Amino acid sequence: MKPMNEMNLSFFSYSANEGFARATVSAFVAQLDPTVGEVADIKTAVSEAVTNCIIHGYRDEIGIIYISVKIFENGKVVIRVRDKGCGIEDVEKAKEPLYTTGGQERAGLGFMVMESFMDHMKVTSKVGKGTVVVLQKEIERKQAKA
Amino acid sequence: MDNGTVRLILQDEELTAVLSGEIDHHTAQGMREEIDFTVHQSKPSRLILSFENVGFMDSAGIGLIIGRYKLMESLGGELIVSHLSPKMEQIVSLSGVGKLAKIEKGVRTNEANE
Repeated sequence: MKPMNEMNLSFFSYSANEGFARATVSAFVAQLDPTVGEVADIKTAVSEAVTNCIIHGYRDEIGIIYISVKIFENGKVVIRVRDKGCGIEDVEKAKEPLYTTGGQERAGLGFMVMESFMDHMKVTSKVGKGTVVVLQKEIERKQAKA
Repeated sequence: MDNGTVRLILQDEELTAVLSGEIDHHTAQGMREEIDFTVHQSKPSRLILSFENVGFMDSAGIGLIIGRYKLMESLGGELIVSHLSPKMEQIVSLSGVGKLAKIEKGVRTNEANE
């Protein structure tokens, strides 16, 4: 199935861009007329994914974070968040709740929040090459407007 | 972008931190520094984190709660978390942090992000 619309976004891995990224993605997804709860789920998941790129992927450097969002007629949203940072050695371990290399104030919940707020999450990573997180969610379609 | 801010109210032994704006990894740092500075100065027996004016929170909010819980514990005081939105409660329950901090319900008047 071809997406009805698609957008691409790239920006530097400054933490100030976390709010920008989630606001921009949610503004794009607004075309599917999501509920306030669905918007909050997407904003939260994007915020976690982008924070991971900043804290982990580009831990000692500023790099570029790439986000692509595809939306489909049936209400499906596919969000891809990618960095070209250090990569994750053991993805399964990184996904474990409370596991973090981010220090004292990080809860280690990023992947868990993404998984529970979205319908589907897939993480692929290569050490030294970077990490890609693909997030999917079905937005419930309302009755067509008259 | 709505940056996170904190308003701190000290009354007797009780310090209330009224958080507002959006809480993420970027904004949580400033909030944490402000709260910790005042906690170290005033050594309250009870710290209340009020989320009533918070429109958005990701797992950085959990880090903020856990860190303040540890701080209050080290001072022999208690931490209370109040006015979470249903979405925030969902993240809090994922984290299990409800076992550490006392969660108080409160009526949120500003439901912009539920």
